[in-house]
Amino acid sequence: MKFTEEHEWLRTEGDIVIVGITEHATTQLGDIVFVELPELGTIVTKGDEIVVIESVKAASDITAPIDGEIVEVNAALIDNAALANEDATGEGWFFKIKPSDPSQMDALLDEAAYTDLIS
Amino acid sequence: MTQLLHTPLHDLHVELGAKLVPFAGYAMPVQYPMGVMQEHLHTREKAGLFDVSHMGQVIVRGDDFAAAALALETLIPVDILGLEPDRQRYGFFTNEAGGIMDDLMLANRGDHVFVVVNAACKGADIAYMQTRLSGVTVTEITDRALLALQGPRAEMVMAGLDPKAAEMRFMEVATLSLGGVECWVSRSGYTGEDGYEISVPAAQANQLARQFLAHGDVAPIGLGARDSLRLEGGLCLYGHDIDARTTPTAAALNWAIQTVRRSGGAREGGFPGAAVVLGEIANGAGTRRVGLLPQGRAPMREGVALFASTDDAAPIGKITSGGFGPTLGAPMAMGYLPAAQAAIGTTVYGDLRGKRMPLTVAPLPFTPAHFKR
Repeated sequence: MKFTEEHEWLRTEGDIVIVGITEHATTQLGDIVFVELPELGTIVTKGDEIVVIESVKAASDITAPIDGEIVEVNAALIDNAALANEDATGEGWFFKIKPSDPSQMDALLDEAAYTDLIS
Repeated sequence: MTQLLHTPLHDLHVELGAKLVPFAGYAMPVQYPMGVMQEHLHTREKAGLFDVSHMGQVIVRGDDFAAAALALETLIPVDILGLEPDRQRYGFFTNEAGGIMDDLMLANRGDHVFVVVNAACKGADIAYMQTRLSGVTVTEITDRALLALQGPRAEMVMAGLDPKAAEMRFMEVATLSLGGVECWVSRSGYTGEDGYEISVPAAQANQLARQFLAHGDVAPIGLGARDSLRLEGGLCLYGHDIDARTTPTAAALNWAIQTVRRSGGAREGGFPGAAVVLGEIANGAGTRRVGLLPQGRAPMREGVALFASTDDAAPIGKITSGGFGPTLGAPMAMGYLPAAQAAIGTTVYGDLRGKRMPLTVAPLPFTPAHFKR
């Protein structure tokens, strides 16, 4: 699994990358009540704001961690945003992206580097 | 940078794992490890303990209660003289334009008026009363903490310490002995639930708070849940839903101005901005505070501009408080709209990140009040 400094996690499955936010992030955000996900088929560029997370406290943005096309979003999360709190790296995933340049993954943080970042 | 003030319960908050944030010059718990959502639900289902010691506690004393009450009536458009002994009511200071300078609670404590004002306004409020009132003394009480115990189990928990607590009615005040400590108690709060607000000597505040928390039904609750509870309860937050530019009528607070202070009443007017305030009670205000329910799942928060349609260029109002209602299970908001477009059931549109999202004008409160009338 790879990570960004914005507390996203990325897990590669075949030629697709699954993206969510880390447990550290969900703990910081508090109870998540609404997640606005990108539309299917959207072509995104690293750094684009593509997700809005509303917690009981505030709204925050998540940016695209890599370039690519959004090929799936987590419909269960739209119905029940609390999944992100309950199972941040499992059922609470946000979207799946087909990378246009898989080598961008290499520049992301590995688990040790991310653990350092949040400690 | 100014050092943040600590309430007498600061060490307890730290011990309980609170997340502390600056609020009105104090380090205040915004949440405990339970989290805002669970704290909110716990208060509605059982009982929540809030530290509201940052608020201003003030004694206004004249020759007798009537003298203090009449003096305060020169600044506050409320029937204070007519408050029965051991009764409390809601009020506010108005300015010359009829705007609200702060909202407050007033209690008849026999020989004086006990006033509780908002933390952010307390310095200004006290200076204002001291400057404007003659023949009375205005004294800030700085050696007492203020706790609130709110929720359906609050009565049982309080009665365990002093059975007289159970006999109090909504908006009644009494001096109770809670665990041997003399406390000034009112049956009121800011959550829409039955509950109590408890002024306790600072030196005994920790001991009393720990006694409450030792009860299995009581959990500590932070400012985050306090805000969602009061918003579900349809209660105004000063500086957001009401301020110096909002009048009582626009704020839908006419109910707080008793007939004796209105046109034709025995003590009509006689407070700052009376002409404006009484004129609006008779004729209406141009705008009105309303409840708003977003039709989708996305919360719309303070500052969101409101429009009559999806394509009108000019906003007609704005949201003054908004968020997610844990008991409601949906987003909720309050805001101001032109009176002509404020009818229950009207659809308006909020600008949310560049998209026009529909909201329905809805009655307040969003969740039913459970007061002990």
